[in-house]
This record gives sequence, C-alpha cells and structure tokens, in this order.
Amino acid sequence: MNELLITLALVLVKLLLIFGVVLSLAAYLVLAERRILARMQLRLGPNRVGFFGLLQPLADVIKLLTKEDTVPDRADRFLFLVAPGLAAVTALLAFAVVPFAPPLEIFGRQLPMVVCDLNIGILYFLGLSSLAVYGVALGGWASNSKYALLGAIRGLAQLISYELSMGLSVVPVILSARSFSLTDIVVAQDPLPFAIVHPVAFLIFLISVTAESKRVPFDIPEAENELVAGFHTEYSGMRFGLFFVGEYINMIILGSMVTVLFLGGWHGPFLPPVVWFTGKVLAVSFVFIWVRGTLPRLRYDQLMHFGWKVLIPLALVNVLATGAILLWLKGS
Amino acid sequence: MNLWRDIRGTVHPFWVTLRNMLRTPVTIEYPEERRTVSPRCRARIVLTRDPQGEERCVACYLCSAACPVDCISMQAAERADGRRYAAWFRINFSRCIFCGLCAEACPTLAIQMSGDYEMGSRDLLKLVAEKEDLLIDGGGRDNEYDFYRHAGIGVGQVRGAGDEENPPADFRSNLP
Ligand code: SF4
Ligand code: SF4
Repeated sequence: MNELLITLALVLVKLLLIFGVVLSLAAYLVLAERRILARMQLRLGPNRVGFFGLLQPLADVIKLLTKEDTVPDRADRFLFLVAPGLAAVTALLAFAVVPFAPPLEIFGRQLPMVVCDLNIGILYFLGLSSLAVYGVALGGWASNSKYALLGAIRGLAQLISYELSMGLSVVPVILSARSFSLTDIVVAQDPLPFAIVHPVAFLIFLISVTAESKRVPFDIPEAENELVAGFHTEYSGMRFGLFFVGEYINMIILGSMVTVLFLGGWHGPFLPPVVWFTGKVLAVSFVFIWVRGTLPRLRYDQLMHFGWKVLIPLALVNVLATGAILLWLKGS
Repeated sequence: MNLWRDIRGTVHPFWVTLRNMLRTPVTIEYPEERRTVSPRCRARIVLTRDPQGEERCVACYLCSAACPVDCISMQAAERADGRRYAAWFRINFSRCIFCGLCAEACPTLAIQMSGDYEMGSRDLLKLVAEKEDLLIDGGGRDNEYDFYRHAGIGVGQVRGAGDEENPPADFRSNLP
C-alpha cells in the first residue's frame, strides 16, 4: 500500500515537472522561433515586452485569453470546441514515454526518468502521432469553411503519407536496438548514436518529422497565401492558441524523438544527462527553425511525389539493406 | 548534373540564412533611435516666409488645384499695397497623401514639405492645420528666394527694379 502511494506520488511529480517544463519550453520556443527567424531576415524580432522580450509569451497568452472566442455559424459546435484540445493533448501525451535521463537511484529505489517506460514506446508514439491527425481533420471539418476543410484534407493526406516513411525509417533503429522501448534504444546507442550508424534512416526520419509537425517546407495544411490559415482559419482566442501551443509541443516531442532515436538520447560526456538531452532537443528545434527560415513551401503535388516516390521507397530499401547487413554480421 | 545542382540548391540557402543570422539587424528601434530623414523627405507641410519675413503665399490656389485629394482650402485677400495673401489657409492632414504635388505647383516656393514625420493622432480634428500651424519663420529649403524680386508688378519693388527685369521703356522715345 505504502509502496503504491510512493510510486503514485513519484509519477505525479514527474508528470507535473514534465508538464511545466514542456509547456514553458513550448512558450519560449515560440519566442525563440520569432527571434531567430527575425535575425535570419536581418530584423530584431519581438524585444519590447520585458528584458530582451522575455515576457512576450506571457503577453501573447494574455492577449489570446482576452480575445473573443467565436464559433462560426452552422459549425459543428461540439467537434469545433474539442478539436484544438485534441491537437494539444495528443502532443502532450506522447511525452509519457520519452526517457530524458538514465534511471536514478534514490533511497535504494530505482527511479526511471520517464513517466512510463512502455516496452512498446515507439508504437505508442506512432499511434499518438496518428491520433494527432484528428485535431487537424476534425477542426477543419467542423469549422464549416472551405479554407479550413481544404486545409484539413491536405493535412490528412500529408500526415498519413509521411507517417509511413516515418514508421519505416524507425525500423532500422529497432532492428539494431532489438527493442521497442525507448529506454533500451537509448542504452543501445552508447558508443555511437544511430544517426551515424543509420544516416539514411536519420535523414528520412528528420524529413518526415518536419512534415509531421506541419512546418515549413511542409506547411501545406495551413499554407497562408492559399488557405488563409488552413484548418485553424476559423479559430480565435485561446482555441487558436491551443492549436498553436500544440504545434510547438509537437515540435518538442518530435525533437525529443529525434534525440532519443538517433542522437543518442542523454548520452554525452562531462555534462549531466538531462542537460545533454535538453541541449539535443533544443538543437533539433533550432534545425526546425532554421529550415523554416530557409526553404520555401513545397507545392502539394511535389509533397505527395516526394513522400510516395522518394521517401517511402528509400525507407523500404533502407530497411532491407539494414536487415541484410545485420543478418550478415550475425552470420559471420 | 541536375541532381547535383538540386542538392546544392537545397543546401546552399542554409548557409545563407546562417550567415545572415550572425549579421547585425538593419532594424532601427524607433522611439529610441531615429534615422535622419533624406533632404527630399515629404512629410508635414509648411508655409514659408520670404527674406523680408513676409508670407510668401499669394493665394493663387495652384496648390489647391493640384492636390489630388482636395485637402487644401483657402480664401484669397489683398492688402492695401496690392500684395495678395491668404486670409485663411487650411490643410487637412488626415486626407493628405504627402504626394508633394502642392509643393511642386507652388510658384512662390511658399508651400513646402518638411521632414517632420511624427504627426500621428487619434483625433482627426487635430490633424486639420490652420495657417498659424503651418506658417514657419524661415524660408524652408531656400532662404534667399523672393518671388517678388522676379515677378509681381510693382508690389515688392518699384516697376523695373526686380532681378531679370529691365527698367520700363519710355515708349514715346521709341516713336519714329
Ligand atoms: S502633399 Fe499632395 S495630398 Fe498633400 S496637400 Fe499637397 S498636393 Fe495635397
Ligand atoms: S501656397 Fe503657393 S500655390 Fe498655394 S496658394 Fe499660396 S502661393 Fe499659390
């Protein structure tokens, strides 16, 4: 009984910690993105609110909260109201399986630094990222607007296509780690991160992840100059904010997936594991922002071509090759 | 080869953005920093005076006619010595588009564009400028120019005493 209570308390503490850290990280990622993009365009970016603009996220939240929350006429009210939460919650939930440090030894009790070390962590993550499609699809459909609907349709097609290549590019990692658990995968990368062992899979995963987070150059579901704002055209106030926050939480979770699967998770010399983990996640986030500042948006047909004719075949060949090499290594 | 070109074309922009990120931004942080406006800046309109300190405007209505948005209005009047002036002169800055056509049309260099661009207001009526608001003390861009030294019949000076003007000929002496 006592044992159960302690475990429960620890899980709660970890949950709250992750909740707080991820949410504030997401808020500051927005600021960082705005500042970095601005610098890439020789601008300064938001620097008025607080020292160096550090209170800008707070100001944004206050602004969003005080805006009117409109529901369009003849929208599907229930779905319309639920969709943004769906987008944010699925992104947050995925964090449950991300290990951010090796298990800690406190008072003789093994404390895994992950909310829930599922032995099928990767499948859980892939499943949740498929669920995230519902936020986009339902939000777009329920708004009763052409732009939102078009954005949602595009989003659906894009997310489904790129999920394939994402799932396929993870297979080599699972093959070499011989486990679906993210903790085991990180442990398996002790000498060499999988980004070096499986460079092709790494590249495919990075590209699919960018597409998965609906960011430039794959921001077709919200292509501003064609679809106003795509699936969240009709949203206002904090509901729009939820989509927005969900997107950035998604960016963090996908960044940590890249870190865990390919960049060696918490491994690194000198610094404590958590610092290495956070640093790598931030580095991946910077790459996302960098890509956004650099590349133009793909056209819709180009996106589909690239996904189905380049990425997926490449990922399949990669899986075959990795399997063959592993078999050969084992045989010799 | 095409593939090589495409790969280069994808990778090179990353270097460009990274390099630009490390350069100093060109932004001017407005309330703290101000740029010096160019000498030909077209902002708040002023009415200037000639070297004698008299109003240059002769109320010829040319600026008012040239104005594409019709925001200049005035009432002409004449002094006892024959010099024309505007009894009142009004520019509605909430309509002015700062095109500068009025300054171009003015034959006396009276109406000029100045570099004072900080004239925003939430109250439209505050943007209606009367003659007192428009008149400045100096000559604006050209302090020397005096319209009546070049033209103006017997108003600024006696007949024939202006620059580029010959003394009046006695037509009787020209008779055959
Ligand atoms: S600047 Fe143009 S719009 Fe303004 S008063 Fe002169 S002519 Fe009219
Ligand atoms: S400002 Fe110039 S153009 Fe306008 S009425 Fe006076 S003299 Fe004529």
